[in-house]
Amino acid sequence: MSLFNILDIAGSGMSAQALRLNTTASNLANAESVSSTGADVYRARQPVFSAVMKALGESPAGVGVQVNGIVESQAPVRKQYEPGHPMANGDGYIFLPNVSMVEEMANMISASRSYQTNSEVAKTTKQLFMRTLSLGQ
Amino acid sequence: MQFGLDKFFGISQQALKIHSRRAEVLAGNLANADTPGYKARDIDFKAALQQFKSGMSDVTLRTTNPNHINSAGTSPGRIDDVLGEMKYRIPGQPSLDGNTVDSLKEKAAFMENALLYQTNLQFLGGKIKHLKSALKGE
Repeated sequence: MSLFNILDIAGSGMSAQALRLNTTASNLANAESVSSTGADVYRARQPVFSAVMKALGESPAGVGVQVNGIVESQAPVRKQYEPGHPMANGDGYIFLPNVSMVEEMANMISASRSYQTNSEVAKTTKQLFMRTLSLGQ
Repeated sequence: MQFGLDKFFGISQQALKIHSRRAEVLAGNLANADTPGYKARDIDFKAALQQFKSGMSDVTLRTTNPNHINSAGTSPGRIDDVLGEMKYRIPGQPSLDGNTVDSLKEKAAFMENALLYQTNLQFLGGKIKHLKSALKGE
């Protein structure tokens, strides 16, 4: 029954968007995490989405979404000269994450809107379900 | 006169099936609104219903005895046939990651589809009511 599939699909969408919100929260929380080397400084994380083909039952009509993995941004990390900082290296530099606040905020809004859309889809489907169940009464 | 419930309910039940299938496709589009390379799809309702209806006469049960009831025209077409009518949407504004989902369009289509689904439910409910009142003889 395809109405059941919709709940699966909307659920997959919500879980994917929740994970995206999760990475955004982690990026924002660690935006100022300082490190003394460029190698072990925090890097912005982003999830990679892909469509689930044929995984939800046998009907290929609607496809859900899945998170393929989380990639770390390869953008250069920020390097700052602060000799007084306790984490400063021998040359007096500290390394800051390559998290872009603006990008993360935009990402957060986009993720929360997409989450809302999926939850609305689930809500509408539930209403259709209830109407169908009360058919002929 | 042969009385078939399938015939009595008519086109509403098939339209209902296609609408529920279309809701699934649109939900898939909305779930994949942020998936790179995902191409939005939709069901051509008119063509799907046509195909669904034409499938009605094609699928018949084999009768080996004259007393067997002829099933011609009573079995609805398979819902999977409808999948042949799926089309890719033409994007109004292409995006760099190859995704062609326009969230707003899909939302509007989903809402429209949900309304049409409920309309068909209403029709079916009315028919059931008629049938009930006829059976009760009130």
